[in-house]
Amino acid sequence: MQTRNGAEWIALLKQVAEAQDTEAFTALFQHFAPRIKAFLVKSGADPAMAEEVAQDVMVTVWNKAAQFDPSRASVATWIFTIARNRRIDMLRRDRRPEPEELFWGPEEEPDQLQLLALQQESDQLIAAIADLPEKQRVMIERAYFSDLSHSEIAEETGLPLGTIKSRIRLALERLRHSLS
Amino acid sequence: MITHHLSDRLLMAYSAGNLPEAFNLVIASHIALCDECRARLASFDAIGGAMLEQMPETGQALPDSALAATLARIKTTPVAAKPAPRPAQSRVLPEPLASYVGGDIDAIRWRGIGGGVRQAILPTSKAATARMLFIPAGKAVPDHGHNGLEMTLVLQGAFADATARFGRGDIEIADEDLDHQPIAEPGEDCICLAVTDAPLKFRALLPRLAQPFLRI
Repeated sequence: MQTRNGAEWIALLKQVAEAQDTEAFTALFQHFAPRIKAFLVKSGADPAMAEEVAQDVMVTVWNKAAQFDPSRASVATWIFTIARNRRIDMLRRDRRPEPEELFWGPEEEPDQLQLLALQQESDQLIAAIADLPEKQRVMIERAYFSDLSHSEIAEETGLPLGTIKSRIRLALERLRHSLS
Repeated sequence: MITHHLSDRLLMAYSAGNLPEAFNLVIASHIALCDECRARLASFDAIGGAMLEQMPETGQALPDSALAATLARIKTTPVAAKPAPRPAQSRVLPEPLASYVGGDIDAIRWRGIGGGVRQAILPTSKAATARMLFIPAGKAVPDHGHNGLEMTLVLQGAFADATARFGRGDIEIADEDLDHQPIAEPGEDCICLAVTDAPLKFRALLPRLAQPFLRI
């Protein structure tokens, strides 16, 4: 299957937001729905339920497409946050209140250079995680997708944060700069 | 200027959605006040996005009927309009904390727990306890150690203990190794959100006897 980069996903989501384009949505569905399902199965859902919830997540993607802000997250990251919230509901986990949104000013157009930088960093982060040794990748997977209790996290379970942190340092500095 | 921040591990666990509600509440409230931790959280969300992107899709394909069913559902679901941004309100309590309290600090229903110190337990799941603390200017919270993890977010005034000074937006993360006696600075009464996942260990006998009743 053909893989797309971050900029191409953004363009497809924009098509959904602005033109209710079902072809663009189909491309997003075919890429992300199986991944959401895999994520939910890893979290302990049975496959039938995972499929059901993956569809819910994709309906939310359609419904909230206009709220996606490419200057703040990649499409994959945005979909991850939707899937995470549905996973919390599905597994009846503890509620996860969110911080209030920042006031971003009236319809400011995001800086194109910043947008490009964020997309490139997101693509690099995906590559960096794919390149991690199997053992380290599994640790991060456990932290995000299975039940790593916070006492286990507090015990320093060998999360390879250093490895990844060096790769996201630039993204971090850019984000800090754009927020200051 | 916020100088005491969340740890990477806590931010990652919050991003993953694996923490008790009371911890999620204090973390979200700190992020509402702290641009630096908001940016760091975005990076941890980005790791989640990258993990999702490289999930093995083999064997997880949905049947064609799933796409058809989803398309049928979205036909009846309008694309929501972009919500208008709301200007930030000048309150002492940021969201989501204000919703848990039911308003700003004047809505808190305090109970005295001795020495002028007051508290109000907030409704969260039982896995951890969240409470608002009111420490009169210049007064101290009883000297205590911790059985588990305690996170204290300052919302008004400031306190200091043996380790450092904590002002509005600062968050102190204390564990078993820390025995401390926070003292509010003179001037302004100190209001904090304190979250614990285990009962505190009080030094003096009297507070220890009172502990089961006060739910500290």
